Amino acid sequence: MPANFLPTSAEYLRVLPEIILAVVGTLILLLEAALPDSRKGIFAPLSLAGLLAALAGALAAYGDPGPAFQNMIVVDGFATFFRVLVIGVALLAVLSSSGYLRREGSVGGEFYALLLWSTAGQSIMASAEELIMIFIGLEISSIASYVLAGYLRDDRRNNESALKYFLLGSFATAFLLYGIAWIYGVAGTTNLVEIRRALLNANEPLAFVSTAAALMFVGFAFKISAAPFQSWAPDVYQGAPAPVAAFLTVGPKGAAFAILLRVFFTAFGPIASLWAPLLWAVSLATMTVGNFAAILQSDIKRLLGYSSIAHAGYVLVAVTAHSGAGSAAAMFYLAAYAFTNIGAFAVVTYFSRKGERYTRVDDFAGLAQRQPAMAAMLTIFLLSLIGVPLTGGFFGKFYIFKAALDANLIWLTVLGLLNSAVAAYYYLRILVVMYFREPGESVEHLPPAGPALKAAVYASALGTLILGIFPGWVLDFASKAALH
Amino acid sequence: MTLLDTVLFLPLAGFFLLLIVPKDNPNASRMGALAISIAVFAASLGLIAPYWFAAPAGWHFETNVPWIAFPPIRYHVALDGLSLWLVLLSTLLTPIAVLVSWKHIDRRVKEYYALLILLEFGLIGVFVSLDLFLFYVFWEVSLVPMYFLIGIWGHERRIYAAVKFFLYTMAGSVLMLAAIIYLYNKSGSFDYSEILAQIQSGRLAFDGRAQTLLFLAFFGAFAIKVPLFPFHTWLPDAHVEAPTAGSVMLASVMLKMGAYGLMRYCLPLFPDASRNSAPWVAALAIVGIVYGALVALVQPNMKKLVAYSSVSHLGFVVLGIFSFNQQGFDGAVYQMLNHGVSTGALFMLVGYMYERRHSLEIAAYGGVATPAPNLAAVFLITTLASIGLPMLNNFVGEYLVLQGAAQANFTWVVFAALGVILSACYMLWLYQRAFYGKAAEPVSRSMFDLTPREWAAILPLLALMLWMGAFTQSFLPPISAQNAQILQQTRMPAAKVARFLDRNDAR
Repeated sequence: MPANFLPTSAEYLRVLPEIILAVVGTLILLLEAALPDSRKGIFAPLSLAGLLAALAGALAAYGDPGPAFQNMIVVDGFATFFRVLVIGVALLAVLSSSGYLRREGSVGGEFYALLLWSTAGQSIMASAEELIMIFIGLEISSIASYVLAGYLRDDRRNNESALKYFLLGSFATAFLLYGIAWIYGVAGTTNLVEIRRALLNANEPLAFVSTAAALMFVGFAFKISAAPFQSWAPDVYQGAPAPVAAFLTVGPKGAAFAILLRVFFTAFGPIASLWAPLLWAVSLATMTVGNFAAILQSDIKRLLGYSSIAHAGYVLVAVTAHSGAGSAAAMFYLAAYAFTNIGAFAVVTYFSRKGERYTRVDDFAGLAQRQPAMAAMLTIFLLSLIGVPLTGGFFGKFYIFKAALDANLIWLTVLGLLNSAVAAYYYLRILVVMYFREPGESVEHLPPAGPALKAAVYASALGTLILGIFPGWVLDFASKAALH
Repeated sequence: MTLLDTVLFLPLAGFFLLLIVPKDNPNASRMGALAISIAVFAASLGLIAPYWFAAPAGWHFETNVPWIAFPPIRYHVALDGLSLWLVLLSTLLTPIAVLVSWKHIDRRVKEYYALLILLEFGLIGVFVSLDLFLFYVFWEVSLVPMYFLIGIWGHERRIYAAVKFFLYTMAGSVLMLAAIIYLYNKSGSFDYSEILAQIQSGRLAFDGRAQTLLFLAFFGAFAIKVPLFPFHTWLPDAHVEAPTAGSVMLASVMLKMGAYGLMRYCLPLFPDASRNSAPWVAALAIVGIVYGALVALVQPNMKKLVAYSSVSHLGFVVLGIFSFNQQGFDGAVYQMLNHGVSTGALFMLVGYMYERRHSLEIAAYGGVATPAPNLAAVFLITTLASIGLPMLNNFVGEYLVLQGAAQANFTWVVFAALGVILSACYMLWLYQRAFYGKAAEPVSRSMFDLTPREWAAILPLLALMLWMGAFTQSFLPPISAQNAQILQQTRMPAAKVARFLDRNDAR
């Protein structure tokens, strides 16, 4: 075996966050078997510690960027951005689910283990530069997510959600794998940079290349819930436990966007003129379907599910722009959306109470009078989802549509902005109910929020506002790390 | 840190201050809001200083510091003759709005006053921003508190009105955002002065189609806010459903955001497209003047009547702007202020009456002059001001607008003047039905006369009606000076003229 096949210690450092996440996840599962029930309270702090260590690991890895394991993994700004994003998302998810699990009487180590493994998979997706690695990361993240969606195994909705997520997710993965097989057949490599080099030589049969790209795009489109492959998303998000739904809308989805950007910008960049028109149509369809369907919803989890489809559409606009600015805008948007959506779902988690009884929009009547602080936080999140200035959501939209106009996508910009005006309607409905309606039965006996959940909500709100007032802090990094 | 920064950020500080006032002490919120808004007003009086002895055009109290490094968004604010009185109008009306709400608002008092002061922050920001991005931020930020003011403290159909108000404004402004980004992509700057300089010098030029689309994107946002016929349908709902102070702030200040935007952004940035569209816009303005007046004539609801009269009055403002001459501009700006003073007063008086009799229907009144003579007298003065009686404020504005419009196109004046006549009809008829005649039992029982607090709120506006009507020169010179400059900017850019001449010389 040639010496260069043995990984160096620098290479191990570059996968430090994944190692930490996997080890802590496994440790929790072992402790689960060993510890008595009374000691299970330590899983949440332990996961938090593990995630913080992984966060530090991600930053440490960025201290010495470069490829690892025969270019299967690459640590660059882009990878680090998404690693920090998915680990941050997991941190907030742990904070908002510890109280939830206690409330539902289902505190178990496997929840945290699955969450950490899913995050490890996403972290691999963020840094993979090779199709097999991407596939492995995606599978690790997805399979853990399927189980998380059905975590409360006695709950029918949880089961339905998990099954649906699993079946459609498997379909998507099959498409992706098939696409990988095609491109391997054409280019003779699974490394993204080498695929790019092969395509630039331009003697590859274009029909095969575009078939491969199309198949892979179908796989990605499922994962990011882009139209016309979005139909699973609302069902899954509505059925899954609220904190898990929050995690699913931003963690796996954010990582899926990372690999979409990586594959289409790096590998398929040379044939952008072929896929850009397709993405144009898909992004418009995704925004429109998500927004118009959300208008009709009466369940807040389902509404946020459709809204997450619409937001995927906005990010796709940035991908369509196919530029450094577009990539940076997509990254910024995903960060802003992560804070916003996790925060919004955390308030929903808090409000829904045992068995998630109160998830109808109308149930929120009078929340502002009973729990003004929580209502104010949800207001910040909703304004950010609408895209009102001084929130992260606004700057996200701003950078996306700026990149789109730079790329001369004038009609897509106009239609996208009009879409965001339509979206204002259904987010306002929640505000209306919360502030303008008299309190009903659902807000009687509303207990104050637990400290962990409060921390998640306030941290998310703070993140949303910081991104809205000092967007430069994140955007500068995203711009430097962006793919071209 | 200039005085203008202080005036701008004092309300924001006040907002946070009011948030920490304990909830169970509504009087502390009231006193706090009053103290803050009076302090802001007092500070804003200092802004008149540069205009005391002279009427210089151009910027004063300028602050220009970076806010976001990339794209280069700056905190750039300054004051000129166009924005000066609009800022003062905002700072004057906020304490008045606080006084008006004193008794009227009795639930969730703390949130109410906090939002009212936040609204003031947004409004001042809109008028002083010189960075297109910053302007957009304030434009949207001012929307949120008003949405809540209408939605929480309004009348029966408040939710419908609040949502309609938000969505209309939002739909208009997203296209403006697209245009702002497009301008940035072409010019490399969000700075108003910078973009204007590039356009004036011909360094930044758009072909006809692009300029028309950009103009329309800005114009759409402003026309909805003004509101110009046929984009006015949100206004009667919002005005009628809003609490009194909400209606006052909406009519007196918020509508001016649209007209201000037209003069500050649409005309100087897209001079050719603006001039080309003048006949169409003027036609819509005239339709608005006459239509608003006719609809006001048949309203059984007092607040709705005043709301439609706003549509009519704002038609005059737009007509003046699109006359493209000094008198038209001066009249338009003066009319913005007049409308702020007199319609604000009308909404307050209607609110006073509502607090007593709990009805907005004209038919529920009659003979109010007998039990409440002072209220009747004040209402009469305001009515006369509103219909443009000489020596009162509206006369000056309407006269200047009509003079300007006559220079542009005499047929416009023939139709627009109809609006003046109709305004006398609907206002005087309202006055007659509500105040004259024999007071029925429920009216004489419930209609007590003005209280000292109500006097305090309305007196400044009454004084202004007289002052602005009789001593126009106290207010007009800064406006005129600035308008002359804006008018100059809407002429053919100097560089273009030079190129045109070159070409002719070459022949």
